[in-house]
Amino acid sequence: MQILTRRRVAGTVVALTTAALVAACSAGSSGADGAARTDVVVGLTGEPTNLDFTTTSGSAIPQLLMNNVYEGLVTIDQEGEVQPQLASSWEVSGDRTVYTFTLHDGVTFSDGSPFTADDVVASVARVQDDWTLSLRSKMDVVQKVEATSDTEVAVTLKHPSNSWLFDMGTSVGAMFPDDLSADLATEAVGTGPYTVAEVAPGEHVTLVARDDYWGEPPAISDVTVRYFADANAQANAIRSGDIDMAYNMQAPDLLAGLEQDEDLQVIDGTSTGEVLLALNNAKPPFDDLMVRRAVLYAVDRQAVLDTAWAGHGELIGSMVPPTDPYYQDLTGAYPHDPDKARELLAEAGAEDLSITFDVPTRPYAEAVAQVVVSQLRDVGIDAKIVPAEFPAVWLDKVFTEHDYQMSVILHTEARDMLTIFGDPDYYIGYDNPRLAQVAERADEGSPDQYVAGMQEVARMIVDDAASDPLFLFPNTVVADAALTGIAADATTESMDLTGLRWSED
Amino acid sequence: MARHLASHLAQLVATLLVATAAIFVLLRVLPGDPAVVALGIEASPEALAAWRAEHGTDGPLVAQYLEWTGGLLTGDLGTSYVTSQQLTPLVVDRVQVTGILVLLGMLIALVVAVPVGTLAAVWHRNAGGVTLSAVSQVGVAVPNFLVGVLLVALFAVRLGWLPSGGWSAPADGFGEFWRHVLLPAVALGSVQAAIITRYVRSAVLEIMREDFLRTARAKGLTFTGALVRHGLRNAGVPVVTVVGVQIASMLVGAVVIERVFAVPGLGSLLLDSVGNRDLLAVQSVVAVLVVLVVLLNFLVDLAYTLLDPRLRRAS
Repeated sequence: MQILTRRRVAGTVVALTTAALVAACSAGSSGADGAARTDVVVGLTGEPTNLDFTTTSGSAIPQLLMNNVYEGLVTIDQEGEVQPQLASSWEVSGDRTVYTFTLHDGVTFSDGSPFTADDVVASVARVQDDWTLSLRSKMDVVQKVEATSDTEVAVTLKHPSNSWLFDMGTSVGAMFPDDLSADLATEAVGTGPYTVAEVAPGEHVTLVARDDYWGEPPAISDVTVRYFADANAQANAIRSGDIDMAYNMQAPDLLAGLEQDEDLQVIDGTSTGEVLLALNNAKPPFDDLMVRRAVLYAVDRQAVLDTAWAGHGELIGSMVPPTDPYYQDLTGAYPHDPDKARELLAEAGAEDLSITFDVPTRPYAEAVAQVVVSQLRDVGIDAKIVPAEFPAVWLDKVFTEHDYQMSVILHTEARDMLTIFGDPDYYIGYDNPRLAQVAERADEGSPDQYVAGMQEVARMIVDDAASDPLFLFPNTVVADAALTGIAADATTESMDLTGLRWSED
Repeated sequence: MARHLASHLAQLVATLLVATAAIFVLLRVLPGDPAVVALGIEASPEALAAWRAEHGTDGPLVAQYLEWTGGLLTGDLGTSYVTSQQLTPLVVDRVQVTGILVLLGMLIALVVAVPVGTLAAVWHRNAGGVTLSAVSQVGVAVPNFLVGVLLVALFAVRLGWLPSGGWSAPADGFGEFWRHVLLPAVALGSVQAAIITRYVRSAVLEIMREDFLRTARAKGLTFTGALVRHGLRNAGVPVVTVVGVQIASMLVGAVVIERVFAVPGLGSLLLDSVGNRDLLAVQSVVAVLVVLVVLLNFLVDLAYTLLDPRLRRAS
């Protein structure tokens, strides 16, 4: 995490001005002169369509609700480490198949019901039984969950798993009340510090702090999350002071201007989103290893990052972001080498190759595609861009029908390497039977074996040039310089608002 | 008058039938499975099948069409595929927002266009008139979203006088409402002002050559008096036609302006719904737009008869 702008010096003056401005802008603010504000307006693009992430996929809902409204037994911190949340502690049995969690006492859901071990049993069972998303498979490893007392719960796994506890810190680990009567699509009932007060589709969602929260109450009591159709509108809003924080800004060209503004801070956080140049391994010409490798040598990833995303982001060389425990630097595997690429293409008998490049209608994809096409032309691959409306057409044509040769897409989910490359029926069509074996052994092995095994998996994928992870997408946050406690490192899909606070000076 | 009304009603029904059938078929031809879009990439095949069954998108098309149009007749637009919300209150809400925006934009346009266009006609031989005419010509060529972007850059970002976007309903306080509505309404209205100015100018020019105006002056009226008492009313008929057509086009232009200003109107709803393949919502919005446009034409017709008594007698 890198802070690009200095905290401003004349804090008092600007804080007062901001307070006055906000008082003028929003009726709900309670900015008595001098006292720190207790409200914040956050701007986002990508609106959730409802509040139920158990049946609706996509990151928009967990982004808003996890850690803020819903909590898990554990949570994932800014460094990507597992930390206690609703469980105060846990013990792992010698054979690493039984996890015994001790729960915090006095925790209540926002509907007033107490949170007990029974709710844990029900929540895990609900993932296995009722969730309609393929994410549910993350709980497949659970054999049984038993409430041994009101505040103690024992989870038995079918076999040791290194990934399970981490997953419990993501949306599949969210705790719901045992007897769930609410319609989750319109009502969120969690143990978190906030509840959803209002949903205005196309406009905003407001969160208010609960006064019966079990933990330390957040400094901000009123959060308005405003949704914008595009990054330009979001940028205008932060520049004009309509919002206090623009989270996950997707307009890199505008950042240079915003960095000059002393009243703002620009933070490039990490994320779990890899921009992937997807090659269809199941279809010509990319069913040929040499052609795939040629593409990876032909693409200058640094140039792609600099040109398409103004250098905001990070080269990763594999599908593993640096915050994952099994990260290794594979960025040197395919140095930019057009001659080598031409050689490989000649060897494969694929000179003067013409391909189609299905590009989803998203700013990052369109920007990346232009650069990639010109670099491919350099080695004799003529890639023709075909715009694919996102999500509808892209999901249909590329993701479901596998009717594509090359595409580019942002994979945002945490620890998704196996989802994308472990299944031959996935849209990439990468079929390596050894991968599944290595991955399974790694998951069941000791933590060291896990790291070693997953690194082997990553190397296999890179070796086979299954696709080209271009760069790690930054989670760029632009905020009022007086706002502190911004969780800019998006190690899971959650946008954690609970630490936000206005500096008092 | 009654016959007039009946013919309009028949026209409305016919237009609606054609429009709903067309939009229904077109949306089904569009690539993109609503179930996949609604549930996303992590949905299992069983979940997709269950979703299609629940929303009836796996049934025969004719049945789907009849169910939808049946609902339309009773004012029930159905439930959104994506948000599970009732569409009727949502659409009613959005119509109000866009309606306010468009009417206010047109009001701004008329307040500018009628005097400016008249002056441009009266002064058509001197520099003032030529300048007004040239400015309006340039105005016609400027896309309204560009005006919107420039307004935001100046009044919201640089000067900080008004919010850069968003919406506040009149019911939630008039001050906030005005602060939010002003920029989008001006953006929408300014280009229309330029267009209508040109029509007013040519209509007034036409009138100035008419015999009745000369007669009025012969009776002893001043030029201005004759123009105001007899001229403008006659110039009104072509201008009202244009205003009607332009309001219809503003309903569409509002789509872009709503995007620029993050205004939750009908246009935003339409765009989001197309993107989400929320077919029922798209159909509903289009049906509402068709009704609005046909109603508008009816009102324009009505305005003719008010402006020109000869048309009343003819019918």
